[in-house]
Amino acid sequence: MWKILTQIAKKGIRSEPAPTLGPEEGIEAGRIQQELLAILGRALTIREVDAGSCNGCELEIHAVNNPYYNLEGYGIKFVASPRHADLLLVTGPVSRHMAFALKRTYEATPEPKLVVAIGDCGCDGGLFGESYASLGGVHNVIPVDYTVRGCPPTPLDILRGILAAVRVRHESGQ
Amino acid sequence: MQLLDLELVFERLPMPLPVWRATVDRAQWLAAAQAVAAGGGRLVSLWGSDRRDSAEGCFVVSVALATGEGLAWLDLPLSDGVLLYPDLGGVFPCAVRLQRAVYDLLGIDPEGATDLRYWLNHGDWPGDFYPLRRECSGQERLDDHEVVDYPFIKVEGDGVHEIPVGPVHAGIIEPGHFRFSIVGEKVLRLEERLGYKHKGIDKLFERQAPAEGYRLAGRVSGDSTVAYAWAYCMALEALSGAAPPPRAAWLRAVLLERERIANHLGDLGALGNDAAFAFGLAQFMCLKEDWLRLNARLFGHRFAMDRIVPGGVAVDLDAEGGAALLEQCAIVEREVRILRQIYDDHAGLQDRFITTGTVSPRLATQLGLTGMAGRASGVAFDLRADFPVTPYDQLDVQMVTHRNGDVAARVIVRFEEIFESLRLIRRLLHGLPEGALRADLAPPQGRFGAGWVEGWRGGVFVALEVEGERIRRCHCHDPSWQNWPVLEHAVIGDIVPDFPLINKSFNLSYAGHDR
Repeated sequence: MWKILTQIAKKGIRSEPAPTLGPEEGIEAGRIQQELLAILGRALTIREVDAGSCNGCELEIHAVNNPYYNLEGYGIKFVASPRHADLLLVTGPVSRHMAFALKRTYEATPEPKLVVAIGDCGCDGGLFGESYASLGGVHNVIPVDYTVRGCPPTPLDILRGILAAVRVRHESGQ
Repeated sequence: MQLLDLELVFERLPMPLPVWRATVDRAQWLAAAQAVAAGGGRLVSLWGSDRRDSAEGCFVVSVALATGEGLAWLDLPLSDGVLLYPDLGGVFPCAVRLQRAVYDLLGIDPEGATDLRYWLNHGDWPGDFYPLRRECSGQERLDDHEVVDYPFIKVEGDGVHEIPVGPVHAGIIEPGHFRFSIVGEKVLRLEERLGYKHKGIDKLFERQAPAEGYRLAGRVSGDSTVAYAWAYCMALEALSGAAPPPRAAWLRAVLLERERIANHLGDLGALGNDAAFAFGLAQFMCLKEDWLRLNARLFGHRFAMDRIVPGGVAVDLDAEGGAALLEQCAIVEREVRILRQIYDDHAGLQDRFITTGTVSPRLATQLGLTGMAGRASGVAFDLRADFPVTPYDQLDVQMVTHRNGDVAARVIVRFEEIFESLRLIRRLLHGLPEGALRADLAPPQGRFGAGWVEGWRGGVFVALEVEGERIRRCHCHDPSWQNWPVLEHAVIGDIVPDFPLINKSFNLSYAGHDR
């Protein structure tokens, strides 16, 4: 136990802009947190759906949860069921075999709901495009509110995308 | 190469690894597989090609077999027009799903096989639709479909019930379906159904120029992008009769070892978390984030995607970058040693790890468990040690093995592999040769090339066939094909809540398997 406590104390709170974080990134992360709270005023819950990615985007979505980006510190968390979710974070391309499960997940998510498509493949199919096995971008299967480009997008881009989607919905008054 | 007394004419491919190609008939196909199995060899991959419009004039089924001498790539042309080949499932159990996939993609059947269920095809492709056949463009838009029931094997008995899980899982995980048959909390049987992520990558390769294919190869499984890109480039370089300049080869190895460490760091954290030890996740994820950020700073990409290119690498390293990598190696080594001590000393954690998800060495050998998980069950193969290419031939790679085959053993192997990879990176950086980063590749001269690289999960194999300026066939094989069926055995007798822990200790690829 002593070793664990020592290690925790030594590691410190990494969510503060650490020396390895550029000053710009630190400011950016702080701004995201404030905006999210101002717009939502409450927690945001996310259900992640991998609809056919190469798994690269999932690695970066995982990273958003690490102590540096500290997603939960903003009042945002990933949940295990679409029925508990405000927002679907979907990576693509949507494989033909995942289209049905993606639609079912979308239908199971209560209104009002947001969909953010993650990565070049989620946006338009990316390198995989459309074929007998790939339906391309997420928007070909379910309505999409916001897209985040990148192969894969960085964790900070994913954070920005989540916030932007909330802001778009807020401004459209829905 | 010699396989027993089989009179096969082998052609050695111009590669840094010992890979031989030969054409066989049906009897030799089976005899060769049996000879390799009897000699302690393994099945690396099995795939099919439509070569009706090539020299062979027919469908061809191919198998890659590993022996102590190297890799034997055997082609069986079905020149009599009978779309059957001898089933290898009885010799190598992991052939079964590979053969089912060959049928789905090409419509050729293993003769005598008993499991003929669809695998990559989820039962909704039109009856005559085999995407790898020449008459298919791959660009077809298939109609919407009804959900087709998959005949899972039923477990009968008092109090037995099923838990269906997936394809959309509770965490941030790739999609796949697990069907548990349980009594109480105890798992009697697990059956996997995969193929949800099938994106038609094999067919898509046919639309790529050979010089561009490395980008697609690097996206077969994102967590192994370096291994795949290297394997693809190795195959293409073999075809062009070129080798990467020494500096490029050394930088490739730096990237590959960094990929191995990044994945082990992430998984060791997640393994702590799955045993309710969130401290481990937070600590390891910090280390992983630092690791990826340095990748971004020095190589321009957090996972080094598209940094390995045909003929060499698309990155360089200056003295300052090299010093930063060395400094990070020192920090990570110190931190991981502390964390390992904490993991080792933590009774609750070890209680969850030890004897959970056990694959005995005997079962592992029988089923063909491979890669990191194989080494944790005493299956001592590691391409970096067995058939070292430049620069591994100068590093004396120390293979890490364990014999217990449980979650704890896989955790130990991962810890030890981190330390070994850190040592390798230091050696690589201290001996980094000067010189060019990329060799010009002549247009491909041969028809067939192969690549075989020890990724963090295990051996990534690429079989490449080109014709002029286009790819005729590119088969990318993920070691998960071997290990997914073994996971079904690893969970038997354990309780359902241990499944996430067992699954994570293997951390197999869905994308790499489904392609």
